[in-house]
Amino acid sequence: MSVTLTVNGRKRAVDAEADKPLLWVLREDLDMPGTKFGCGAGLCGACTVHLDGEAVRSCQTPIADAAGKQVTTIEGVAMNDLGKRVVEAWTALDVPQCGYCQAGQIMSATALLKQNPKPTPEDIDGWMSGNICRCATYLRIRAAIRKAAGLPAEMADASALPVAENLA
Amino acid sequence: MSDTIALSRRSFLVASMAGGAALTLDASVVLAAASAAAPADVLNAFVRINADNTVTIGAKNPEIGQGIKVMLPMLIADEMDLAWEQVRIEQTDANEKLYGVQTAGGSTATPRNWIPMRQVGAAAREMLVLAAAKKWGVHPATLSTAKGAVIQTTSGKSATYASLAKDAAAQTPPDLAKVTLKEPDGFQIIGTSKPGVDVPKIVKGDPLFGIDTRVPGMVHGAVVKCPAHGGTLASFDDAAVKAIPGVLAVVAVNSGFVPEGKADTLVIVADSWWKASKAREKLSVKWDNAAVTGFTTAKYEVDAAKLVAGPAQTNVFKAGDADAALAKAAKVVTADYEYPFLAHATLEPQNCTGLFKDGKLELWAPSQAPAGGRAETAKLCGLAPDDLTIHMTRIGGGFGRRLMNDYMVIAGQVAKAMPGKPVKVLFDRTDDFRHDFYRPAGWHRLTAGFGADGALTAFKDHFATFGTDGKPVRAAQMNPAEYPAQVVPNVDLGVSYMSTNLATGWLRAPSSNAMAFVFQSFLDEVAEAAGLDLPEFMRRTLGDARELPGERAKFHTGRARGVIDAVCKSAGWNGRQKGRGFGFYFCHLGYFAEVVDIAITDGALKVDKVWVAGDIGAHVINPLNAMNQAHGCVIEGLGQAMIGQKIVQEAGAITAENFGDFGLMRIDAAPREIAVEFVKTDFPPTGLGEPALPPVIPALANAIYTLTGKRHRRLPLELV
Repeated sequence: MSVTLTVNGRKRAVDAEADKPLLWVLREDLDMPGTKFGCGAGLCGACTVHLDGEAVRSCQTPIADAAGKQVTTIEGVAMNDLGKRVVEAWTALDVPQCGYCQAGQIMSATALLKQNPKPTPEDIDGWMSGNICRCATYLRIRAAIRKAAGLPAEMADASALPVAENLA
Repeated sequence: MSDTIALSRRSFLVASMAGGAALTLDASVVLAAASAAAPADVLNAFVRINADNTVTIGAKNPEIGQGIKVMLPMLIADEMDLAWEQVRIEQTDANEKLYGVQTAGGSTATPRNWIPMRQVGAAAREMLVLAAAKKWGVHPATLSTAKGAVIQTTSGKSATYASLAKDAAAQTPPDLAKVTLKEPDGFQIIGTSKPGVDVPKIVKGDPLFGIDTRVPGMVHGAVVKCPAHGGTLASFDDAAVKAIPGVLAVVAVNSGFVPEGKADTLVIVADSWWKASKAREKLSVKWDNAAVTGFTTAKYEVDAAKLVAGPAQTNVFKAGDADAALAKAAKVVTADYEYPFLAHATLEPQNCTGLFKDGKLELWAPSQAPAGGRAETAKLCGLAPDDLTIHMTRIGGGFGRRLMNDYMVIAGQVAKAMPGKPVKVLFDRTDDFRHDFYRPAGWHRLTAGFGADGALTAFKDHFATFGTDGKPVRAAQMNPAEYPAQVVPNVDLGVSYMSTNLATGWLRAPSSNAMAFVFQSFLDEVAEAAGLDLPEFMRRTLGDARELPGERAKFHTGRARGVIDAVCKSAGWNGRQKGRGFGFYFCHLGYFAEVVDIAITDGALKVDKVWVAGDIGAHVINPLNAMNQAHGCVIEGLGQAMIGQKIVQEAGAITAENFGDFGLMRIDAAPREIAVEFVKTDFPPTGLGEPALPPVIPALANAIYTLTGKRHRRLPLELV
């Protein structure tokens, strides 16, 4: 089927099977491989994108469901101020190890802060628990979300931050 | 950019490894005669000076998230006296003739490259100094270097490296063994925090990973593999598959598990991976698997129980007479421990892209060991190793999974079957879970005996695991120097093997990730029987600071004691306390002691805080990344114990389908705090990808015991 959607502010038309997931349309048809394939079952969060502003798992979103909608991916998340703050916090705290999950983490974190600008530690853990980081950069993910939200670093985050006293 | 390839092609410095065995840590870089083809600005295989006085440094090792793409160039840059802002880093291709060993495994990159990479930088610096001395007609000893320039302080003369590059490249390269390396107090870059070079690209979603490889005209392959490991293809009917528009071929290949000439994998190739993947439903396949369907988890458990109760088939270490000492012992402690098969579950599923053209095979491979992949792929493709060009992509998690090269072998054969067509082969999550190289399960019966004076006189283990012909399968080895074997007079480390059809492999801190749990948990029981806590028991048995011999590495009791004391101090350890546990382990040349604080509320276990003290030598090369590695190790270890990770086998095949069946730790279960400190000792720096992982598992199990009074002797831990 022929589908028209808006990706990162740009109108795109694709011709794909109706049940082809948005993930594979992005990766294969639109040449946007920033959105990652991790599980194909909505269990790991690596493929998270925003559909009309809501975080969705693009591996579980048939392209037919994205027709006529606004899609934001990691390639375009920094186009708005909030996304930019999240990306900058991720960079400043050197969050990634392998980096494979981080596109999904950033998309989930941005969606969290959009609807909850000052999340508690429990809010962060609850919201982000759908995103697996196999390298386990979770302490820095928490710290980066707090930084992007303008919240002070948790005491507990001290060891996650770049300057560790015991190495000074 | 094409510079990466240019860097290797044009270079005239040849690096090679002395020895080359996986655990050989001494490396040398040998200078070859200058090649006439080398361009004027290339100083050696790793260094190119650009016109704007930036310096491009080749990062030679696979980047799996351990930070090596920054760390190795830091060593070169520091000895070259570059300002870090000048440095541009590019991944090299796989070419061990040029770069030496290019493996991400065993936490070996730091000890192996600490001297050679610095020598490379120092040699480049020396050539630049000589060029300046010649140009200015002065003695090189009157010159110094800083921030990418050669300086003569007395005259005020200064020249950028860029202005000297052509003359420097014309110098005869120095003997690397004779170049002068900096004294540690002169380090400007080593020991300072440097962020990941790819982070700005990762947060933008730039294509970096193997799965992101895009080659013009590329087609896609999805795999159908014999569910029972070791089974082979009997017959298949692909008529319905080939009738699907866009499906191009179905190729039978050998992923390296089965004898040559047999196949165990079918690859459906289509113009889209989604299409190829879906087409698998229409493929009809028959497998020859009768010989392997009898292997099940249930059978292993029954057989292991019988094995550990009987005499050991063989011994890996014996000292004195353990049985006689136990017969005379005043007190005996015995317990059985066990742990399951584990999958690696890298978040980027296994994949590789290949293009076979004009008799040559080009590969884009997320491999931790591309040299092994070259040899294996060449063999199964009937090509010479030099016919293969291997590009190293960024890797979405290694953990040991990608030390194996089955995906490369498969992609190579499919590409060869479709000359001129670039093909990307990609596993889905279920393929990835069911066709891994698993951490082998193990069962232990441990016994310790004390003399009348309370001293430990005897120590026995009977370890049941998997092996063939009296030898362990990959990653099931037992270390004969497993502590406390070296410090007890009567020791018997016995082993018995049963067979499995499963492919096994190295999982981050291989063998140690299991043995630390078994031995440090059991030693907590032994310590308790002796009226001690585990740190104090360790101190007493370690004794005076000295080096103990070991098959894999010498073990320094003073360094062990140093981290034990450090973590006890930081955590405020004060004997056995409810909700708190301790573990120590030495592996991959690193000494780590850890304390875990937990709470159990309504049957739910929560880890509040973990303290880590590690000794990886005199230098922590990149502290920013070191912290991240230590966090990752700790959380991965906790995950193995807490999240129910266990690979289950039925009828020869793995049952896990997705993350619902084999969980990874998520953010809500991660500790709120991990306090990491490094104890610096006067030893060369060693690796950090693995050694912080093992001790956290026994520390957790020991902590649960103090809260509930129940010993947990089986992984994954079951609280009820």
